[in-house]
Amino acid sequence: MIPALVVFCYLAVVVYIGIFAFRKGKESGEDFFLASRSLGQAVFLLSLFGTNMTAFAILGSSGMSYQRGIGVYGLMASASGIVIPLTLFFIGTRLWGLGKRFGHMTQVQYFRDRWECSGIGTCIFVLTAAMLVPYLIIGTMGGGHTLETISTTMGPDKKPVMVEVLKADGQREMVPAMDKDKPVLEPELDAEGKPKLGSDGQPALRPKMVPKLVAQHWVPYWLGAAIVALVVMSYVFFGGMRGTAWVNSFQVILFLCFGTIAFVLISREVGGFAGVMDQLAAHPKNSQLLSRERIPKAEFFSYMFIPLSAIMFPHIAIMCMTAERVTHFRKTVVFYPLCIALIWIPSVYLGVVAAAKFPGLKPGEANDVIPMMLSTYTDVWVAGILGAGIMACVMASDSQILALCTMFTEDIFAYYGGKDRFGEKAQVWTGRAFVVLVTVVAYVIALQLKDKAGIFELAIRFAFSGFAALAPIMLAALFWKRSTKWGALAATLWVAAAMLFTVYLHNAYEARALAELAPGKSFQIYPALGDMFLRVRPPGTVTMWGFLPVMFMTIGSAILMVVVSLVTKRPSQATLDKYFPPQRAAGNHTGVSSIPVVSEAKST
Amino acid sequence: MKWVLALLVLALVVFHQDNWFWEDKRLVFGFLPVGLAYHIGISFAAALLMAALVKFAWPADLEKMADAPKPESGEGHS
Repeated sequence: MIPALVVFCYLAVVVYIGIFAFRKGKESGEDFFLASRSLGQAVFLLSLFGTNMTAFAILGSSGMSYQRGIGVYGLMASASGIVIPLTLFFIGTRLWGLGKRFGHMTQVQYFRDRWECSGIGTCIFVLTAAMLVPYLIIGTMGGGHTLETISTTMGPDKKPVMVEVLKADGQREMVPAMDKDKPVLEPELDAEGKPKLGSDGQPALRPKMVPKLVAQHWVPYWLGAAIVALVVMSYVFFGGMRGTAWVNSFQVILFLCFGTIAFVLISREVGGFAGVMDQLAAHPKNSQLLSRERIPKAEFFSYMFIPLSAIMFPHIAIMCMTAERVTHFRKTVVFYPLCIALIWIPSVYLGVVAAAKFPGLKPGEANDVIPMMLSTYTDVWVAGILGAGIMACVMASDSQILALCTMFTEDIFAYYGGKDRFGEKAQVWTGRAFVVLVTVVAYVIALQLKDKAGIFELAIRFAFSGFAALAPIMLAALFWKRSTKWGALAATLWVAAAMLFTVYLHNAYEARALAELAPGKSFQIYPALGDMFLRVRPPGTVTMWGFLPVMFMTIGSAILMVVVSLVTKRPSQATLDKYFPPQRAAGNHTGVSSIPVVSEAKST
Repeated sequence: MKWVLALLVLALVVFHQDNWFWEDKRLVFGFLPVGLAYHIGISFAAALLMAALVKFAWPADLEKMADAPKPESGEGHS
């Protein structure tokens, strides 16, 4: 009960921060959606980092390192430590400059103005919004599961109290009895209680049915999900960007402080990490976890494309426009790789340690190794505080909710005349209403599809590739004068089609064949095509000649952007002069004007 | 200087793909796998490289541009 109470205190603090931010705010769109572009240095760094620190990333990385070893750090953390700061340096700063000068609040606003387009901007909006939705659902589901888990009723033997599940008609729900993943069989009886005989003359067997037992929780899933959804909705609704940024900063500090404490305590309780590493090294199979043997080289290389997604995530791009001064990017860019290291080193390391301490977990269960280690090796108070930290990661969907709401109000409501007709105040309240709507929809889906979390987790994995493959569009807009809206449309459609094709490939396999595949091995999806399309285990990735699809999606997107732009009409000279002023073209690396230029951007 | 920085970025990407510690299971200080220690080093090298980029290739005119008077028309999205 104590961990749950600590988490409730944490949730109360978070709501208070949102309300405090509301009191500091003004009733303008720029204030609600961008905190009046006035975030200070520390809040900007922490909140930008916090938006990337999701449960999917933290718990997923420890679960992945449990299966694939220490190479996961190079795969996810050090690659991100190179690519994300570079994108912030080259793209983030320019988005900030353009946003401040021309009033853009979203990527689509910039694309529409830069390429004089309307429908194509809407097309990009639809794709990015669709890729963002699974995050909101997973966030709500994660909140429900986390509160349910930490409120488990424990018996005197320190094991969860199990209760029977009743159906709607009051009858007990029965399930087949299992013994090590195999159903237990019993003789089938006839009406007189005698064993039935099968066609071969042997006694007929049937699965033995037993009552379904589940752990008892004093906060059920539906209530946990509702509480988390309500808390996130409250501080986004009231605090807007300011509240979200403050909460994110608070969450990062909390997670870093108590994560360090937990890491030290776990180290002490397991008798020092050196012993655990020796234990792993002595085991022929587990010793692979101390190297990158379970990660193919081609996959490792192509994973480097994934962090390109960061700057294309609407919530990160929008966050870039909130800095008060461009100089705030300086420390953010420098400290970003170190912040990533601080979070990912313990996550990956503990995932590998867990392989020695809790062997035999399935891929889905492996994502829970950090909570398992906390409850096993730390004091109940520390476990509670870290539970709050994990809750902080789960609640990282706040930025996505706000981004979706900003995109809707700016790219759809305001763009199609709502702001002119109803005024700026109505625009802010439309944004708030949208926050409520999105939260309620995400909650309903989280309840209805409680056991289908895997679908949305998969969608997030594909979304990372999709956002990364959209990066050439942003690069072309900022740095290539000759780029056109048709190039952007071709690249967007390519990304959408490639994602759908990857989903199709993902499903084009025999489930049993994948389950029986040894870790690190792969099979050909279409044997006639050789190694062109491979399915790898774990984590069930689709690869092309061993490379992740994201690599081909990004390269394809870049090629289409260039080729289609070259054969289509460029934007008007006035617009080009606005974004690439001729008088400074030779030495201007910002790609934008310092001298006001009047332009008439046409909508098509 | 910009070419030097570009080459350093490229070098870091190449060093990130290290093939030399791929199957090496040695432990540094008795508890840290050498492959992990190497990539922690890559993270610190990335921070240093970013500091160099900020120092020598900072887009200084962005702030001036952002603070310049706004155009009378044609600003923002249409």
